[in-house]
Amino acid sequence: MRLAGFYLFALGVALLPILFPDNYFVIVVGASAGLHVILAVGLNLLMGYAGQISLGHAAFFGMGAYASAILTTRFGWPSLLALAAGLLATGALAWLFARPILRLRGHYLAMATLGFGVIVHVILVQATQWTGGPDGLSGIPALNLLGWRVDGDEQWYGVIMAAMLLVVWLTLNLVDSQVGRALRAVHGSEFAAQMMGVDTGRAKTQVFVISALFAAFAGSLFAHQQAFVSPDSFNLTVSVELVTMVVLGGLASTFGAVCGAIALTLLQQGLVVFEDYEMLIHGALLMAVMIFMPQGLFVGLSQAARRVRHRLKRRQPLPST
Amino acid sequence: MPELLLQFLVTGITVGSLYALVGLGFALIYNASDVVNFAQGEFVMLGAMTAIALLNAGMPLLLAAIIATSLTVLVGLLLERFAIEPAAGASVVTTIIITIGAAIFLRGVALLLWGKDFHALPPFSGEAPIRLGGATVLPQSLWVLGVTVALVLLVRVFLNRTLLGKALLACSFNRTAAQAVGINVKAMLRLAYGLSAGLGALAGILIAPITFSSYEAGVMLGLKGFSAAIVGGIGNPMGAVAGGLLLGVLEALGAGLVSSGYKDAIAFLFVLMVLFFEPTGLFGHKAAERV
Repeated sequence: MRLAGFYLFALGVALLPILFPDNYFVIVVGASAGLHVILAVGLNLLMGYAGQISLGHAAFFGMGAYASAILTTRFGWPSLLALAAGLLATGALAWLFARPILRLRGHYLAMATLGFGVIVHVILVQATQWTGGPDGLSGIPALNLLGWRVDGDEQWYGVIMAAMLLVVWLTLNLVDSQVGRALRAVHGSEFAAQMMGVDTGRAKTQVFVISALFAAFAGSLFAHQQAFVSPDSFNLTVSVELVTMVVLGGLASTFGAVCGAIALTLLQQGLVVFEDYEMLIHGALLMAVMIFMPQGLFVGLSQAARRVRHRLKRRQPLPST
Repeated sequence: MPELLLQFLVTGITVGSLYALVGLGFALIYNASDVVNFAQGEFVMLGAMTAIALLNAGMPLLLAAIIATSLTVLVGLLLERFAIEPAAGASVVTTIIITIGAAIFLRGVALLLWGKDFHALPPFSGEAPIRLGGATVLPQSLWVLGVTVALVLLVRVFLNRTLLGKALLACSFNRTAAQAVGINVKAMLRLAYGLSAGLGALAGILIAPITFSSYEAGVMLGLKGFSAAIVGGIGNPMGAVAGGLLLGVLEALGAGLVSSGYKDAIAFLFVLMVLFFEPTGLFGHKAAERV
């Protein structure tokens, strides 16, 4: 019953298109939310469980996307092979960078990851002969899953949701494993964790690589789904949005990250209506949530609900007496 | 070639002065409150854009600059009072997100007020370039340099020689102890925010005739100022100034000798290298981790 929440979530995801057939909003925004969930859940592993901030996570997302885009359009690789190559390359780079970056703490770590994100973005814009520069790369072929060409919004909803559920399932199991316990120990106190015999450097490296792999995976799917990539999808703003999702939902809670990702996706869709006011409202909401619910919406709202229930319970006996 | 290098140096020091002022603002706020203020670049943008708007409304430049700086200081104080103070004691990640939210909010306000267009101030004293050795210097660059040096010296004297400045420094060492000896820590916090907002606004007004300003202009500037503060060892005001100048010169050399498109990547690569080999910055204190 440990995964009861997961099965409930999977059921909801499967029922949505049945309850709302031919609904553009559910299918298209749902797919976009699904990608965000993959990214947020991965980043939450790093931020929430290992306590390491990353302001450059969009870089890994971009590397997965561009690996798929470049290998399929310029070299004609099959899409699954390109996806695997993207994962391998991103994972290797993350592993290489993990030790020196994760030695840093607090604001220094924020700076380093932010710098990494900016560098990758500049390369995407400048290495024109490979990446197509600021205009990006178009004409990315459809994802080919062993003969099945994923085409159309409904099929993409299915594929992205399946990928998302796989990532959430992996994460829930990871968090409850020995690695997960080591990570939480690192978050509590790295020194104490070391004293208990946890190889903290290895634990942090592992989670950094895993969260980079999730991001690259989402990137590959994104590239095939959109059939187009450009550097704008992987800039600092996106990195900040990803951090926002994780913090909005509540750190160190996988379903918190899921909620945060869905909430921010819906918010962005909703704010488009306000056009020029979008930025203003986005900033104000971000500040308000962090000031009044620093533990995140998921935890904050469930606490508020408990308080209301508590108050109602206290009120109930009144009429009978 | 030496002339070209001199030219890059001049450009680098001009831009570096700007980074230095923004970095100094970062350091002041960090010292007083342990918060890295990601809205620092927005102070620069607000200073520049407000001055431009007031000038276009027919105000003389000096008056426009004074009012723009005062308004930005007010914004800094409001930010402290309504966004930082209510979240006292929050984690590093939480305060980072709050200031990022403030930055997005201020950018949104600027977008509504001034649209997406680029604006510039006219140079303070003409555009006739001055020959200096083999390099040409814009009169505005001299303004940037002169005012930056004056401001940095003023801040230094303020921190080291005045009672108020020493009280501010005391808060950065130990807030509880500062409170215990009768320093009004809350007032010091506001002082730090007001001061760094003012520094940011002045930097923005100084540079506005050279680089155009828009509602988004603060983003990269804020990041470079943050880099300057980090390279200098965060919380070390004069380290931030040195870091800013170093970063500006390096960026100008990179843009001139390698490629202008890659100049931001070169700057951040340098920051990463500093962090990898000297993880607390070039001039930072080696702090022990609290268990």
